[in-house]
Amino acid sequence: MSEVLVDVRDLWKTFGEGEAETRVLRGLALTLARGEMSALLGPSGSGKSTLLTILGTLMQPTSGSHWMLGEDLARASDKDLTDFRNLHIGFVFQFHNLLPDFSALENVIFPTAVREGRETAAARARGRDLLVRMGLADRIHFPSTSLSGGQKQRVAVARALMNRPELVLADEPTGNLDRASANQVMDLIGEINRDEGTTFLISTHDEKIAARCRRQILVGDGQVTG
Amino acid sequence: MLYALKISTRYLTASKAQTFLLVFGVAVGVFIFIFMSALIGGLAEFILSRTAGDLSHVTIEAEARDPDLLLHDAKGIVMLVREKDSSREARLTSTDAFLPVIERLDGVTAVSQQITGGGVLRRGAQTAQVSVTGVEPSKVSAIIDLASYLVEGSVELGAGKILIGKRLAQDMNLRLGQSVRLLADTGIDQSLVVTGIYEIGSGGPDRRQAYVSLATARTLYAMPQGISKIEIKLTDLYAADATARRIEAITGLPATSWTENAAQLLDALEAQAQTGLMLKSFALITIVIGVASALLLSTYRRRPEIGIMRAMGAPRSFVVFVFVMQGAMIGLAGGLFGAGVGYAVLLAFPSRDAFQPGNLPIDIAQGAYGVAILLTVVSATLAAILPARAASRVDPVTAIGQ
Ligand SMILES: Nc1ncnc2c1ncn2[C@@H]1O[C@H](COP(=O)(O)OP(=O)(O)OP(=O)(O)O)[C@@H](O)[C@H]1O
Ligand SMILES: [Mg+2]
Repeated sequence: MSEVLVDVRDLWKTFGEGEAETRVLRGLALTLARGEMSALLGPSGSGKSTLLTILGTLMQPTSGSHWMLGEDLARASDKDLTDFRNLHIGFVFQFHNLLPDFSALENVIFPTAVREGRETAAARARGRDLLVRMGLADRIHFPSTSLSGGQKQRVAVARALMNRPELVLADEPTGNLDRASANQVMDLIGEINRDEGTTFLISTHDEKIAARCRRQILVGDGQVTG
Repeated sequence: MLYALKISTRYLTASKAQTFLLVFGVAVGVFIFIFMSALIGGLAEFILSRTAGDLSHVTIEAEARDPDLLLHDAKGIVMLVREKDSSREARLTSTDAFLPVIERLDGVTAVSQQITGGGVLRRGAQTAQVSVTGVEPSKVSAIIDLASYLVEGSVELGAGKILIGKRLAQDMNLRLGQSVRLLADTGIDQSLVVTGIYEIGSGGPDRRQAYVSLATARTLYAMPQGISKIEIKLTDLYAADATARRIEAITGLPATSWTENAAQLLDALEAQAQTGLMLKSFALITIVIGVASALLLSTYRRRPEIGIMRAMGAPRSFVVFVFVMQGAMIGLAGGLFGAGVGYAVLLAFPSRDAFQPGNLPIDIAQGAYGVAILLTVVSATLAAILPARAASRVDPVTAIGQ
């Protein structure tokens, strides 16, 4: 059996109180192995985004355990979590992905620059390599606002990979893209997963996208159902 | 943090029009601050130089004591009428030894011995009541700068010479070189030639004052020895109280500071300074409100970006720094801009030497440019703290999910 990267057990997440109380996650359990590329499926409102934000340490579960890389993340401080996700977790969101006043390259190297306090030549070199790999060699210094939707998502993938994280969480990364662009983004994700062994968890409503992942995780009723 | 600085700068340059308006608003506040400093400072100095400038800063004057009444063993009802007698001046008799000591005190620029008394000027049928001041010829301009107020003749005093004000000359139809009789209230009179006419600009001295030499005054007031008072000029007006106390301590002579008779003037100057301080505070408050509200709006507009930065592992302190630096940079730019414009505008006002009545007595040297810039940077930075903290508390999940 391969090495466990993420392990969550008996995960509960409740929003609101009293009548407005919604129990989104109800004792969910999930393990992700290192190097896995999984699709997260489930009807709208089933809690896919909620699970991803908890796994990404952007939100604490109401109760339950959350371990990653031997760290008890359910009990870590905000400061430690910020540090942890900078080093070990990459994100690709559906909307609002890039900083609008910065170029493609500046966006890609942000996770490293914010850690090192400045934009080093080494970071720029890696950022450039990643953009070339994403097929954006001619868009390196483009303002992020003048990129197409597909190009933006590829820049976001490059940025998610910048600090060589163990886990990349993508919440409907292709939800806004046409078939061709979606395939291009998925090709690149597959390539990185194969070449560098980065673990991906991708939520999607698209069966075709899900089919490109080796594992499909189905969420329903606040639990993993398959 | 260099990187946070880069992001702050980018945010400011990304919305140029908004940043310019903000900097301009701050600059207006700074301009008001500097203008008020220069105006209040200049006004205070102007008023002081126009009033206390021509005053004796410390005066040594014997207290006029009324003689005891010789009315022992009076029986029945005694009705007593005491006539006011301005000729009975108190005298200082033992000052000669102290003069060199006083002259050598720190901050003393001039010491003038004077004999003063009343008298009547008479020329033909014209008469006028005057106060006569006898001064040493070398000290004519020591206390009041008579030389600068001279309109005709010269300020040189000597035997048989008298200096009078312009109004008095007009009232009596006196012209330069004409002679006039001065009847002192001692009953002694002397014929004098008008050798100088001055115009100070205020009614009293121009209409009722006359200057003669100390020697002439000795004759007129029958004072072969002693003097009426000593007037002392200082480099620093505000050192007068302390200097007066020192002179009293050293010489035992009764010395009074000009401030004892100028409480109202000092109160007025104080009130004026307070008003200036209030206006300057308002200018700073405006800067704080302007910067705080603009940055608060900006943090709101940039919530998704802040969420992304936090998701990428930017600490809260980084976000705080990005917004606080924006405030500091706006403060610095507005401060420099406002101070530059302020200086340029103040240059257009006449300098204190070339000052004409009716203008604002602005003193460009009292613009407090450094203080204005410093206070602006500090205020704008403080103003940015509230928005910066709000920005650092943005929840990445809701911000990105919007
Ligand atoms: N901050 C919140 N406060 C209250 N309820 C919330 C909050 N966030 C999510 N929910 C609720 O939790 C449930 C799950 O939401 P979530 O976004 O995780 O679903 P999802 O599976 O990602 O759906 P979709 O496929 O539409 O993106 C929804 O019913 C939603 O209304
Ligand atoms: Mg979702």
